Amino acid sequence: MPRTDEQATDGTHDTGMDLLRFAAVGSVDDGKSTLIGRLLYDTRQLFDDQVAAAEAASARRGIGEVDLSFITDGLRAEREQGITIDVAYRYAATPRRKFVIADCPGHVQYTRNMATGASTADLALLVVDVVNGLREQTRRHACIAALLGVDQFVVCANKMDLVDWDEDAYHRVTDDVRELAARLGVSSWRVIPVCALRGDNVVERSQAARWYQGPTVLEALEEAPAGAWASGHGTGSGSGARLPVQWVLRRPGGGRSYAGMVNGGALRAGDEVTVLPEGWRTTITGIETYDGPIDEAPAGISVSVDLADDLDVSRGDLLAVVSDIPAVVNDLVATVCWFSDRPLRGNDRLRVKHTTRTTPARVTAVRGRLDVNRLEIDPAAELTNNEIGTVELTTAVPLAVDPYRRDRITGSFVLIDEGTNATVAAGMVGEPQLAGSGTASSQALATSGSPA
Amino acid sequence: MTKSQTDAPDRTPGGRAAHRPSAPGDRRRPQRTDHLALLESHAIFILREVAAESERPVLLFSGGKDSAVLLHLAVKAFRPAGLPFPVMHVDTGHNFPEVIKFRDERVSQLGERLIVASVQDSIDRGRVPDPGQNASRNRLQTTTLLDAIAQHSFDACFGGARRDEDKARAKERVLSFRDTFGQWDPKRQRPELWHLYQGRVQPGEHVRAFPLSDWTELDIWQYIRREGIGLPDIYFAHRRPVVERDGMLLAVCDWVAPAPGEAAREETVRFRTVGDATCTGAVLSTARTVTQIIDEIAVSRVSERGATRADDRFSETAMEDRKREGYF
Repeated sequence: MPRTDEQATDGTHDTGMDLLRFAAVGSVDDGKSTLIGRLLYDTRQLFDDQVAAAEAASARRGIGEVDLSFITDGLRAEREQGITIDVAYRYAATPRRKFVIADCPGHVQYTRNMATGASTADLALLVVDVVNGLREQTRRHACIAALLGVDQFVVCANKMDLVDWDEDAYHRVTDDVRELAARLGVSSWRVIPVCALRGDNVVERSQAARWYQGPTVLEALEEAPAGAWASGHGTGSGSGARLPVQWVLRRPGGGRSYAGMVNGGALRAGDEVTVLPEGWRTTITGIETYDGPIDEAPAGISVSVDLADDLDVSRGDLLAVVSDIPAVVNDLVATVCWFSDRPLRGNDRLRVKHTTRTTPARVTAVRGRLDVNRLEIDPAAELTNNEIGTVELTTAVPLAVDPYRRDRITGSFVLIDEGTNATVAAGMVGEPQLAGSGTASSQALATSGSPA
Repeated sequence: MTKSQTDAPDRTPGGRAAHRPSAPGDRRRPQRTDHLALLESHAIFILREVAAESERPVLLFSGGKDSAVLLHLAVKAFRPAGLPFPVMHVDTGHNFPEVIKFRDERVSQLGERLIVASVQDSIDRGRVPDPGQNASRNRLQTTTLLDAIAQHSFDACFGGARRDEDKARAKERVLSFRDTFGQWDPKRQRPELWHLYQGRVQPGEHVRAFPLSDWTELDIWQYIRREGIGLPDIYFAHRRPVVERDGMLLAVCDWVAPAPGEAAREETVRFRTVGDATCTGAVLSTARTVTQIIDEIAVSRVSERGATRADDRFSETAMEDRKREGYF
């Protein structure tokens, strides 16, 4: 049975859609899940049976109208408690853009899950209850998102109906956000007055706030630049092209090529590269994909490359264009978010996973702890669960690292508990990049990216 | 005939010969960077990462559209070499014959190794109670799957699950840690930052790895069209006898017969998902090509599983409850 229309597949052109990843963050009960539910509902991204299920779940709990948070709060325990425990990933699309949405939990206890959702985001949708203003947990989330390199904030001043759409209440939030954004070094931000419960200024423009002329939440999300996180461009100038080697592909007839995902910048056939940590120089003779060779591999694309010289390159090595190579270090200073009930202390032994390499590491010292309210680093000897701080690490084998602000791939790592195999920390190479915090910014990255 | 023989003949994915190494004079096209290209690259990254870090990985393959896409991505990740893992089907015994035919043809075309873990064997060996000839074996698959994982000492299982399928799946990590009982604990998931997938396990534990986590149903079909991926015939509209039960259209087959008060009728239908024949419903459709299916999905008001899966209708958290026991 011939299928004539399949013979002209769309194999030759793009779908034309880009991809924006954003994370809904902010304090517990300020309305993140309701906002995401409203956004999905009003853009008709939900299927009838999903809406019916949320209605039925609401009715069973004696809630009159449909509770839109049930769209994303899918776990039994979340519905029992009316809170979000772990990130829900949801998907939406407009004609030109696809959205990957991470609805993050607000509780301090689940900061590790918030960091998970924000680590791959291009944009933070920060939800603030206009009645309470910016709380400590709001600041913690904003701070973690900024540290993770998210430099676009869309702030929703939510529950505007509870203050009768008072313009002054909106401006108070705006003033606080302006100051916070300046201290966090977030350059792109705006505040939108919304009522997530009723949908004002989410997708539909509010009739209640005629004084507000800016975009709705959906408009702001559609206008934002997409796809920044993997290329590093979202966090500064961006590094040169890098290829962490994931896998050595052996050809049946002999010969090897090196598979991985390009990051930092585009890698081209003919590029001279350095193999790190060894320091060997060679040339990329070809870039392969299953669909055939390509001349140029943009950041975010999985390829395999052929090298001019027969070198002993293996998983964990990193290829970098010779014009811009990462530092090769055993000792590094890093900002970590600690996620374990056991405190992190000097002399602790852990494993570090950095790009495609995992190696034992020792904490040489805990230097300080970040106060998320003052955004300043205080001296500290240990970090407890959900705290952010600065540590010094020594690794068993050298790592090829960039400062995190230059490259979110080669600048990031996780720490692993050797006993339980749990992931216990998110690490970023360099000290915290907080524009307004004296000590942190003056020393920022002074010691990272070069052998200590 | 499976669709792999008819769809997009110029781009049939498949054997090792299909990989084209560089050669002078090749006409090069620029690499795409649209949303499908990024999803593809991310999935290939996950496949390579987990294969590299686990001792004994396996790819779960049901013959459905998502696992067909997953297998295609695995081929793209590892050709020109063979796959560094076998392919395993957890067979309920309640199959659509078109799907088994497709499974066998696809795996043999690729020259890869197929393991079949059979629910019938689990019943015969007394590992699970026999629910009766015509009852759904969907839930029984968990025991068969976990027994096979233990028997082969698998420490990583690739699956084709997507987060947009269900609200519990929407919460699951790309690498989902399972304890020695195969259980998922949604309150104690490992943090999963950036692209640093961390699947270290102790003996007896394993991870499930879901490279298609961020794909939607529409992405899957658009990718099937772009890549010319073959599928079992039952995904395309055809005439077949069905019986309406609990608001679903079940195919009349060896295990599904009209009960008293029910009447079989012939309809033009297709399947949006493929599973145990006793609990997988068909939808009325005239879509006979991938493009027609894409057009149909774009305006559909009912979710994929909502339309077709009786197993999700038991309770508000049916999927979470099954996953806690070790389900896919």
